[in-house]
Amino acid sequence: MFKEFAKGLSITLKHLLPGHSTTVDYPKQKLTMSPRFRGLHRLVPTQTREKCVACYLCPTVCPAKCITVESAENEKGEKYPKVYKIDLLRCIFCGYCVEACPVEAIEMSDKYELANYKREDFIFDKERLLK
Amino acid sequence: MTPVVLSLSNAPALWAAAMLVKIIVAFSVLMGIVAYATWVERKVIGRMQTRLGPTMTGYKGLLQPIADGIKLFFKEDIIPNEASKFAFMLAPMMILAPALISMAVIPFGSDYHLTFGGVTYLIPLQITDLNIGILFILAMAGLGVYGIVLAGLASNSKYSLIGGIRASAQMISYELAAGLSIVAIFMLSETLSLSGIVTAQQGVLWGIKALPSWMHNWYIFSQPLAFGLFVVGSMAEINRTPFDLPEAETELVSGFCTEYSSMKYALFFMAEYANMVTIGAIATTLFLGGWDGPFLGWINFLIKVFGFMFFFIWVRATFPRLRYDQLMQMGWKVMIPLALGNIVVTAVAILLWQ
Repeated sequence: MFKEFAKGLSITLKHLLPGHSTTVDYPKQKLTMSPRFRGLHRLVPTQTREKCVACYLCPTVCPAKCITVESAENEKGEKYPKVYKIDLLRCIFCGYCVEACPVEAIEMSDKYELANYKREDFIFDKERLLK
Repeated sequence: MTPVVLSLSNAPALWAAAMLVKIIVAFSVLMGIVAYATWVERKVIGRMQTRLGPTMTGYKGLLQPIADGIKLFFKEDIIPNEASKFAFMLAPMMILAPALISMAVIPFGSDYHLTFGGVTYLIPLQITDLNIGILFILAMAGLGVYGIVLAGLASNSKYSLIGGIRASAQMISYELAAGLSIVAIFMLSETLSLSGIVTAQQGVLWGIKALPSWMHNWYIFSQPLAFGLFVVGSMAEINRTPFDLPEAETELVSGFCTEYSSMKYALFFMAEYANMVTIGAIATTLFLGGWDGPFLGWINFLIKVFGFMFFFIWVRATFPRLRYDQLMQMGWKVMIPLALGNIVVTAVAILLWQ
């Protein structure tokens, strides 16, 4: 019994030595996310407009029903999303919208600092998503 | 000129002043240690669990205890409607007070020489030298249970009441083991006074000159079993992890302190840390020769107490919490028989030695 006690105590004592801490001192020091990390959504822009063609595939595939799209046509007769909103309070960051998109107009970025003070601030509209 | 021991009869004003200074210093040092023990505990446990511990408030998180204190003072203080208000307020104080009072009889260092008015006085660095010091400490340790039961009873909540009763059962059973392990000490030293016990531990072990000089007559060498039983028993008695079943907050909704909030809740934890210091100080005095050692008296004492505090934190970071039946089995079936056996063996050894 005493051998086990000593063994347990020695393990914790070893961790006390400097250099064992694996925690990042977060706000001062940030880790780079892996390329497959699914953070905040981003609408991909082209030179003149967003890539999105308002095909409604992403709100259809979204399991949380958090994407709102309203389509319209511009003067060239192309479809574009007049309204594109994602309610992050409902979003589960599954990435299905990215997979469903036929023109790769939506992607998930490495932004993970998504805290806000008001519920309204969690609704990301087209302008915020294009940033 | 031979120094005179400062007492109430030979210099009343000086005695009173010295007493006041001793009380204030002992109290503030104790409270300082209690505050910073929380910081040390979070830091050490953090490192042991490969985390950092507090880093944000002040340099390396050093202002964290102050921030915690301010936060706790300004939190809403809730007293349940049906609670017995007086007893509810009294309970945290009844837990904290005995934890502090025990420090009154601990000798912190050797006598201090003070020359005043042409006379050299000896001031013992001990608030009061009771000739029944150990009994006083055991009595004070026993009083802590009342606060816990009262907290459970006054909350008028069934969880709290059951928690309080459970806690009292645990504390009483471990108090027996810790108390019995001390008996061997005063059989060896033939005194109940703590300064007498420290004096009895000076010199080479058992008076044998051939032993190396680091082998002091500290009772940890002659009573290793009693030392182990005392440390484990007192840890369980003051609800220190891994014996913190009374306030196992994750699975027992905090037991006796479920209904407490704000500063009253903090008082329970101040009492826990004050108890840690007290237990460290008592174990130092009884088993590690008190202030005896290579440095200036009270420095040795502080080093040994800090050693004990580090050990308590270390154990907390290492071992999981016991189950209640394991706790009771260990107390009644292992520790109390061992303590009783130790007394018998010590008695026989003393008889043979004489």
